[in-house]
Amino acid sequence: MSEALHFHFNVDGENFTSAGEASVQVKKKLRQLGMPPETIRCVSIAMYEGEINMVIHAGGGNADVYVNEDEIVIVLEDHGPGIPNVELAMQEGYSTAPETIRSLGFGAGMGLPNMKRYTDDMKIDTVIGTGTTITMKVYVK
Amino acid sequence: MTVNELALACGFEAVYLPDGEREVGGAYAGDLLSWVMGRASADDVFITIMTNINVVAVASLADVACVVFAEDVTVPQDVLDAAGRKEINLLKSHVPMFETCVAVGRCLK
Ligand SMILES: Nc1ncnc2c1ncn2[C@@H]1O[C@H](COP(=O)(O)OP(=O)(O)OP(=O)(O)O)[C@@H](O)[C@H]1O
Ligand SMILES: [Mg+2]
Repeated sequence: MSEALHFHFNVDGENFTSAGEASVQVKKKLRQLGMPPETIRCVSIAMYEGEINMVIHAGGGNADVYVNEDEIVIVLEDHGPGIPNVELAMQEGYSTAPETIRSLGFGAGMGLPNMKRYTDDMKIDTVIGTGTTITMKVYVK
Repeated sequence: MTVNELALACGFEAVYLPDGEREVGGAYAGDLLSWVMGRASADDVFITIMTNINVVAVASLADVACVVFAEDVTVPQDVLDAAGRKEINLLKSHVPMFETCVAVGRCLK
């Protein structure tokens, strides 16, 4: 496996009930590839948090996953409002999610911190009014 | 201890048990899903009163051993369907959250 495997997903910003489907697909694919369970768990959780964020905060976007022998790279790109203060957004408990989202179990302000915790590298590129791209790497251990 | 044994010992009702022989490692209780994903470990018992479809996604991605719905909550059909697709063990407890946690805690120690 010298060439990276690439999976692309369109994350629908309208459909809340199917939110998370891309992460579920990736989990299945990584299982089929025989990746270690802990690696799969890290990728699944980090990607799910990012995917839900794109649906809740940015009206959907694109998810790309590149599977290499030694690392898995997840790129989440949206054309939402951007994140005005990344440092604040990264703090546990900070959330701008409305009450309706909270009633679904989201909006604890733990998503971005989880993404950081479960990945080996995370980069946030965000421009107000243009969108956000989050790139995460998980090393295969 | 397996999920089957836990259900029996705690008096939980089996809602859907595709893999009752799965081993249980620990437990985590909560309703806010990002907390669950941040704190629960693989093979945990995940105790909650939240019954929407996202619970099943989180259970699958966080790789918990089973979900226990406390407070005798009604499990909606779409949650059952999602659990079927993802092969997630679902149990139901007839007592509130705290009592459910205490029961699980007694079994696990
Ligand atoms: N893709 C995004 N576009 C715009 N804003 C975002 C995006 N992702 C996160 N944010 C902002 O950062 C805040 C913190 O995100 P985080 O994922 O940590 O918490 P949350 O989504 O509000 O709640 P939780 O993830 O616990 O369900 C959000 O409330 C939102 O204001
Ligand atoms: Mg979030």
